This record gives sequence, structure tokens and C-alpha cells, in this order.
Amino acid sequence: MIDVIGRRAIASIEAVGRVGHFVMDMVRALPDVRTWARPAVVQMRRIGVDSIPVTLFIAAFTGVVLALQASYTFTGAVPLYFVGTLVGKTMMLELGPVICGLALAGRVGASMAAELGTMKVTEQVDALETLAYDPQSYLVLPRVIAGTVMFPMIIAFAMATGIVTGWLTSLALLDLSTPDFLKGLKLFYRFKDVWFGLFKSATFGFTITGVGCIVGLATRGGAEGVGKSTTRAVVYSAVLILLLDAFWAVVLL
Amino acid sequence: MIEFQDVYKAFGDKPVLQGLSLKVRDAETVVIIGYSGTGKSVALKHIVGLLHPDAGDVIVDGQAVSTLDRDGLTALREGIGYVFQFAALFDSLTVAENLALGLRRRRVSPEEIEDRVREALALVDLSGTEERMPAELSGGMRKRVGIARAIALRPRYILYDEPTTGLDPVTSAVIDRLMVRTREHLGVTGVVVTHDMRSAYTVGDRIAMLYDGRIRQVGTVSEIQETEDSVVRQFIEGRPE
Repeated sequence: MIDVIGRRAIASIEAVGRVGHFVMDMVRALPDVRTWARPAVVQMRRIGVDSIPVTLFIAAFTGVVLALQASYTFTGAVPLYFVGTLVGKTMMLELGPVICGLALAGRVGASMAAELGTMKVTEQVDALETLAYDPQSYLVLPRVIAGTVMFPMIIAFAMATGIVTGWLTSLALLDLSTPDFLKGLKLFYRFKDVWFGLFKSATFGFTITGVGCIVGLATRGGAEGVGKSTTRAVVYSAVLILLLDAFWAVVLL
Repeated sequence: MIEFQDVYKAFGDKPVLQGLSLKVRDAETVVIIGYSGTGKSVALKHIVGLLHPDAGDVIVDGQAVSTLDRDGLTALREGIGYVFQFAALFDSLTVAENLALGLRRRRVSPEEIEDRVREALALVDLSGTEERMPAELSGGMRKRVGIARAIALRPRYILYDEPTTGLDPVTSAVIDRLMVRTREHLGVTGVVVTHDMRSAYTVGDRIAMLYDGRIRQVGTVSEIQETEDSVVRQFIEGRPE
């Protein structure tokens, strides 16, 4: 029993140490712009542009449901134009970043862990090193930079999409006029709502891509190891997104 | 020159190298033979600093590999070509891009990269495959691209990890001929890890047998063929007992 606890404690401390090393290595690789710049552009397209359809799809339906649930909750007690307030605030502050972040943890984090895990077990990472490349500069940094830069952009589109579908739902199904929806949307709006959501999204992007890279590059064994890494990357990312969400709410709101 | 100096390496509680000492002189090809799992590939990875010894050291051109910082290691690796057991080609890059990647790192001009890629592919009889993806190649072709990737760098040393494993006899002979041709044309120093004795006799100037984590015997091809060491004899003759 004590042996198991001891081993788990050592493993946890080692994991923290690995993350510390990983971040230090990333900082060390930053000046090597010549190596990471070109792959970073490729990753920005893969992480950013290619993720837009799934993100907008999720955001669109979130906006519809938010408008309908708000109207259901407010009926008789709160003026209906507060539907605009709730849709706007919720999409910007919470559901835009978190729901899309969780979806992208599956799409981006899993594919990154699988790709790097496969490269690891097929010795492509070793091959890269023997060609005098630093995997941190060539593989990790482009992905983390792309995730951190592109996530706020994707989530900005998601916020806008959710609000638009919430507005269209209000017009079509809730007997709410455009001026009333806009009145509610503007009522408690503060610029902080937007930057808080976007800042949070950037931290989610950093976390998802960082976890995908750490887990992917730590892959051992063959196909089974890659499968385990993929699952691990999604689970760790999802948990960290929820923890970060609560952390930023406490610190910044 | 590459020199293993009393190298020890263990993974967890499993010792792999236990006092490995071996010298590889300039412009010669040394073949390391031995049973599967005896640490031949582990030894090779120590030369390029992919693994670090628990004790002892590997000296390349007078530098102890384990003491090099990242820049030192990068400089060392720029002079070494490494051919991996399963080629380790980058899946997402074409054949030409696979060859060009290491050259770009060495700041070779785009025109020269094009020339060197063409030249290296011609040397391995794969001209015209520049735009093909690794998934479209056979096992033997992948290995030859792996060799071309190493040759294109014009390295001082080439390390081959099981270059003929898993190939049919004719393709193995092609790879052997290619390794000999590479040594003759480019004059590089080579270390080949294999348990294919036909290949070892063809490409090796000297053969070293790794057994129980250290070198059991090292000698020229004829010295190994005439050895009286029972362990080496059993291995080279492929006798079960």
C-alpha cells in the first residue's frame, strides 16, 4: 500500500517535472524562428481554418438552444428582450469558449497526440533529431503557437455565430423583434465580456496543443500506445479546460 | 574516429550495455552483429546522442557525446547520416522533401538541394520517385530512400540500423551493394548493425560481435569466419545449439 502511494507520488512529481522541462524547452526553442515559422503557418491552417466548420456547427446550435431555453425560463417573469442579454453574455463569457474548447480538445488534441505518437513509435522523431532538428522547434512550437493564436479567432467566429442563430431563433420562434433582441444584447454588454472570452480561448488553445504534444511525444509501444496517448490527450485537455475555466472566472471576473 | 569507452546502459533494472568498448577507424566499415535484443541499436543511438550512457562514454572526433550541449550535438549530427531500421521516412513529406529536409537545416542553397536530391536518388536507383509519398513505396524502396536521405547530407559517418532486415534476398543484396558503393564513392566511415551474416561479410571491413552487453570478439571478415570462439561460431553458423 505504502509502496503504491510512494510510486504514485514519485510519478506525479516526475510528471510535473516533465511539464516544467517541456515549457523551458519551448522557451529555449523560441529564438529558432527559421525552424518553426514555416510549420507554424501549416499548423495554423490545420488547427484554425480546418476547425471552423465543426466549431460553427456547434456554436450555431448552442445559440438556438440558448434562445429557446432563455425564453422558457423567463416566461411571465422577465421581459423577453433579456433573451438577447442571456444569449450574448453566455456565448461570449462561457459557452463559446468552453463548448468549442471541449470539441476542439477532441479534434485538435487527439489528432496531435496521434500524429506525434505515431512519429515517435516509428522513429520519425529520432530521425528528425539525427537530421540536426530540435523536435521542440520543429514539432512542438509550431503547434502550440498555432493553437494559442488561432483558438481566439475560431472562438470569435463561434461567438458571433451563436449570437446570430440566437437572434434568428428569437425572430422565428419567440415573437421577439430585432430591436428588442439588440436592446437585450446591449443592456449589460461590456468590452470585458469579449476579451475575457478570447483570452480564455487562447489559454485553452495553449493547453490543448501543449497536452497533445507532451502526451504524443511520450508515447511508447506500437498502435496500442498511440491509442492510449490519444485518449489521454483528450481526457487531460478536457479536465484542464474545465479547471482553467473556473480559475479564470475566479481571477478575472 | 568513433570510440565506445567502457559504455554501460540499463533501462530500468534491465542492463543492456555492460562495458562496451570498440573503436571504429576513419574510412572503415565496422559491422556489429549479435542476437536480437542485445543492444546493437542502443549502441548506435549513443553515437548520435539519442541515448546517453549511464557510465563510460562515446567519443566522436575527439568529443565525448554525452558532454555536448544542444548546439554541440547539432554540430555533431550535421556530420552523421543515420539509416533507421524501418527507414523512418516522414509520412507527410514527399521523397524529395524527405531528402531536402536535412539539407535545408544545413543552409544548403535551393539549387544545390535539388542537385543533391537528384544525385542521391540516382545512387540508390530511385530516380523519378521525387514526388511520390513514402506510403506509395515498397519496403525495399523505403530503405533505399532512407539511405539516400543519409547520403544526400554528404556525412563523414553513416550509421545503418538493420538495413536488410525484413527484405527478400535480392533486395538485401541490392542494399548491400549500395552500402559498399556508398563507402567507395564517398569514403565515409560506417557502422552497420545487423544479424544478417551475408550482409556483414559483404559490407564489413571488420566485424564485432556484441554479446552480454560487451564485445565478445572483433576482427576482419576472415578472422571472424575462422574464429574458434564457440559463441561467435554458433551465431555466424546460425546453429540452434
